[in-house]
Amino acid sequence: MTCDTPLMPRVLLIEDDPSVREGVELGLRRRGHEVRTAATGEAGLTALGEFQPDLLLLDLMLPGMNGVQVCRQVRETSQLPIIMLTARGDDFDVVVGLEAGADDYIVKPARTEVIEARIRAVLRRIEEPGGRPAVEFHGDLAVDRAGLGVAKSGQRVALAPSELKLLLFLSAAPEQVFSRQQLLEHVWEHSYHADARLVDACVRRLRNKIEDVPGSPRYIQTLRGFGYRFGPL
Amino acid sequence: MIRWRARIGLRSRLVLAFLLVAAVSAGTTAALTYREARNAILEQVQNTAVSSFREQAATVGTTLPMDGAALQEVLRDIARKGKPRTWVVFAEYGSMRVSSGTSPVSTVITPELRRAALASPRGVFQRVDKDGTPWLTMAVPTVFKTGLSARPTGLVLYAVMPLATEEDDIRAMLTAARDGALPALLVALVPALLAARSVLRPVRDLRTAAQRIGRGELDTRIPVKGSDELADLAYTFNDTALQLERSVTELRRAEVRARRFASDVSHELRTPLAGMLAVTDVLDEDAERLAPDTAAAVRLISAETGKLAVLVEDLIEISRFDAKAAELNADEVDVAETIRRTLATRRWTDPAQVACELPPGIRARLDPRRFDVVVANLVGNALRHGGAPVRIRLRDEPPDGGRARFAVEVADSGPGIAPDVLPHIFDRFYKADAARTRSAGSGLGLAIVRENVRLHGGTVRAANGPHGGAVLTVRMPLATPRPDGEAAP
Repeated sequence: MTCDTPLMPRVLLIEDDPSVREGVELGLRRRGHEVRTAATGEAGLTALGEFQPDLLLLDLMLPGMNGVQVCRQVRETSQLPIIMLTARGDDFDVVVGLEAGADDYIVKPARTEVIEARIRAVLRRIEEPGGRPAVEFHGDLAVDRAGLGVAKSGQRVALAPSELKLLLFLSAAPEQVFSRQQLLEHVWEHSYHADARLVDACVRRLRNKIEDVPGSPRYIQTLRGFGYRFGPL
Repeated sequence: MIRWRARIGLRSRLVLAFLLVAAVSAGTTAALTYREARNAILEQVQNTAVSSFREQAATVGTTLPMDGAALQEVLRDIARKGKPRTWVVFAEYGSMRVSSGTSPVSTVITPELRRAALASPRGVFQRVDKDGTPWLTMAVPTVFKTGLSARPTGLVLYAVMPLATEEDDIRAMLTAARDGALPALLVALVPALLAARSVLRPVRDLRTAAQRIGRGELDTRIPVKGSDELADLAYTFNDTALQLERSVTELRRAEVRARRFASDVSHELRTPLAGMLAVTDVLDEDAERLAPDTAAAVRLISAETGKLAVLVEDLIEISRFDAKAAELNADEVDVAETIRRTLATRRWTDPAQVACELPPGIRARLDPRRFDVVVANLVGNALRHGGAPVRIRLRDEPPDGGRARFAVEVADSGPGIAPDVLPHIFDRFYKADAARTRSAGSGLGLAIVRENVRLHGGTVRAANGPHGGAVLTVRMPLATPRPDGEAAP
């Protein structure tokens, strides 16, 4: 994996609790990040336009407009990387947030070390296999590895960072089966034992965008009991 | 007797008792009626016959010497006038024997009657059974009157009358009594069954209700009907059930409150901890630039904040199990690989510290995150409280209830667990050593292991190995129940 993202990404943090907000802001700023904070979803959406962050850290439990709604609204216009902040066992199911388009999640309380590692993982690009053409064609799908774009039947498809990374990873080794644990390690840089729902939610979102019939997928295929693979077409 | 009672049901006993009473009363009534009726009939016949015979005998004139033929004529006359039926009349005078019938001497007249007849001038009678036929025999001595006194002439008249007709009448009465009693008994069976039913239904209701209470349906009540002893019993039962339900409800409420409180406290602690934990890095980094005392204080705060975060997370995890809100996100994995990854993540890779025996090829459907917690807590606990080297063995396990299983055994090289401690090591905050007030763990590690294993439908057991050292064995099914509609790959 290479690291060609801006060294110190700009982070927008939407979090209603002042102590968490200040703590995380302080921790990230100390590590050199430029951080803007907002206490509500509405204020956060406003700050998004002015601040132009590289990444959004979003608390799921917010007064008024909740984190899932914010996430959905952001995804309507932007493929900004989104990491949800959640407390395990909160009323909000993490799956709902993932379905709304979040790329990853962090369970609170977490050390700044952990938060920063997640931010870097989400922003990191997938390592390019050498000696490949810049643009690959798989059926109706055109994958531009250099330009990080995907088009279906000539139409550009907007993919969130985690969706793009998953597609690039799977299509780099067509017909090879990856277990969900392997995908968690390689695409999300999580531990082997992390939450496999992350993979399932991302696969569902990706299928909705690139498959003709999401119910019977051609590109991202399921091998029950083993994992996922790209093709065969 | 007790065994007999136990074999025959309450219903049969009630019906039998009812029929017995009916039979005894019917029998007694029939017997008394029979006896009274029989006496009345026989007495009436006797009285009629005796008084009539006495009258006839008084008209017999005695002329001496006795003329046999004339006497027979007189006897025939008396016999004809016999009441209520004709008699056979005999006369005895000295050695002379005359009768109105064919035989001069009767076979039914007894010597006692003869003796009594001589002693009683007013006449005597006797009922005699001869070859199954009842007879009435009468004797009257004839007298001749001299002035005021009467003297026996020596001639004694006997009359014999068969009672067969009366006996037939009486037998007919007996038959009637019997024929009446049998249907009466059959009729008595109906109220007997009804009574048994009315007694038995509340008893059956009571049994059913008691069974339901036993199953935990504490809101079970019995409808109280009437005001008899059974109604009292039902009332008492309902009252007891109500008290029981109240106590249990109160206990459950208290338990829910206690658990809710623990859960609420944990959740409330989590938010400030999230803020504190985010800045512990800052404290750690800057500590070296502070005065030694301040640095020590800052490091202490940082370290304890980390432990507090673990404790609070464990508490929240436990309260989720209590609230049955723990979810299983199962996935099919290679168990040996999963265990290896757990050890690698915790940097337990030195074979002198943790020795593994992990045969490949055991694939199971389990929640990787929860299984990671199980293995990490068991191994961490063994390293802390037992001692290195810790041996981990993975193996196939004989199926239990048709479900294929695997087992993970974690054995340490410590002194083992005291027998009185063994049953408690999975309890929350249980400290094996009272002197050790706080261990490095949260005190919930093994409790969380047990809950996680249970969630997978497995078991965890603690024991001591043959060569000392504690052995904790987790047994889990290869396939945990798959939640419906899960789109798992």
